[in-house]
Amino acid sequence: MNAPSNSLAVDVHDLRVRRGSHLALDEVSLQVTRGSITGLLGPSGCGKTTLMRSIVGGQIVESGTVTVLGLPAGAVELRRRVGYVTQSASVYPDLTVTDNVAYFASLYGRPRSTVHETIEAVGLGSHSRTRADALSGGQLGRVSLACALVGDPDLLVLDEPTVGLDPVLRVELWEHFRSLSRRGVTVLVSSHVMDEADRCDDLLLLRDGRLVAQLTPRELRERTGEEVLEDAFLRLIRTRTGARS
Amino acid sequence: MNPGIYAATTVRILRQLRTDHRTVVMITLVPSLLMILLYFMYQNVPPGPDGRSLFDRIAIVMLGILPFVVMFLVTSIAMQRERVSGTLERILATPLAKLDLLAGYASAFSSAAVVQAGLACAVAFGLLGVAAAGPVAWVLVIAILVAVLGVSLGLLCSAFARTEFQAVQFMPVLVIPQFLLCGLLVAREDLPDWLRWISNVLPLSYAVEALQEVASRQGTTGPMLRNLVVVVGFIAVALALGAATLRRRTQ
Repeated sequence: MNAPSNSLAVDVHDLRVRRGSHLALDEVSLQVTRGSITGLLGPSGCGKTTLMRSIVGGQIVESGTVTVLGLPAGAVELRRRVGYVTQSASVYPDLTVTDNVAYFASLYGRPRSTVHETIEAVGLGSHSRTRADALSGGQLGRVSLACALVGDPDLLVLDEPTVGLDPVLRVELWEHFRSLSRRGVTVLVSSHVMDEADRCDDLLLLRDGRLVAQLTPRELRERTGEEVLEDAFLRLIRTRTGARS
Repeated sequence: MNPGIYAATTVRILRQLRTDHRTVVMITLVPSLLMILLYFMYQNVPPGPDGRSLFDRIAIVMLGILPFVVMFLVTSIAMQRERVSGTLERILATPLAKLDLLAGYASAFSSAAVVQAGLACAVAFGLLGVAAAGPVAWVLVIAILVAVLGVSLGLLCSAFARTEFQAVQFMPVLVIPQFLLCGLLVAREDLPDWLRWISNVLPLSYAVEALQEVASRQGTTGPMLRNLVVVVGFIAVALALGAATLRRRTQ
């Protein structure tokens, strides 16, 4: 993929990350197009979170480059433009939904008026005055999401945002991601369930800290001849490991 | 630093504190109640050769020590929670400056300390008849500074605690030795040399010396101000070291 660099939201080149004695990421190179929804898929423990933290700038990397919106990952200017939602909801449990989102709005220098509409957008309008620790797990995840959305980021990095959500909410959330991407926001979303892959424009398949493939859902089906993406992913891995040994 | 972010952080921490009613009550009342306890403890103890009662001597020093202990505990646990809950990593990925966060914590808890020290001083000087030779206002100022010292050391220590249990354990490790060596139980000049040297590098010693100055001398004295400058220095160093423990990038 040789897209011009200004159309790239994320450009990772030869990234290697070591965590302890374990090589968490090795020889990872990938590109995320601006305004796309890119799915980062792979089994639990394959390095998805490490890769996302490297993109957000919170991870110490051993070698390689990570360029985000044309700047090195972690640059001061990016803190305003990149939103990151961790896998476990990181919000203040003893504050109300509104107070949580309002605090993040102030951190991003956004007007107070955006708080209410953001809470509505994640479907928590009727819970705005509820303390976060009184919410269910799925609701808590959406508060965490709202805290990132309120910053109006150009790049939104979401670590397994749909885990534990009921099917209706999952669909609603994906529709929301799509509407963000239509507005030009780049969404990078990780998942360990393949049935969400079909909602993405582009897929990054990660396994054991290495990038297995970067392709669209259609390309994945064509390359493997499998209709179900889960099977396609398996076939891809099998042919890869078969080729190596 | 960004004034808007600093103010929002201070308000956020105060809001969190306000939701915890029991902590609010304890922060406000505990030092005052302990002063009353001290008063009755020393009720039947005869006054010393200089005519000053033992309670007077101890009460003024305790007005500085109690806020230190309470604020150290509250802050180290609050900050430790922020570190382990993932919110710290998250807010450090926003435009927030490290100093915004530390100053926010220091301001929020220090304003609680102002209420606490104000009430404790009112009880001591108004209700329990404690008398100081110097201006009472200085006692209040020192009590607040000591509370801020407790906040800044608590922020720093939180970095070395993985759990809330560990955070509480810093109390016997760091606070009680300072209390023992600060000159209240044994005058610092009567300590063995090596213990006096240790006492010399502990911030509480200087706060207590300042309080003893106010208790026994009229007006604003040079030694008192010198001691306060040292305490402020310790606060600045603890905050700077605390800032160094906040990492935007981790393994």
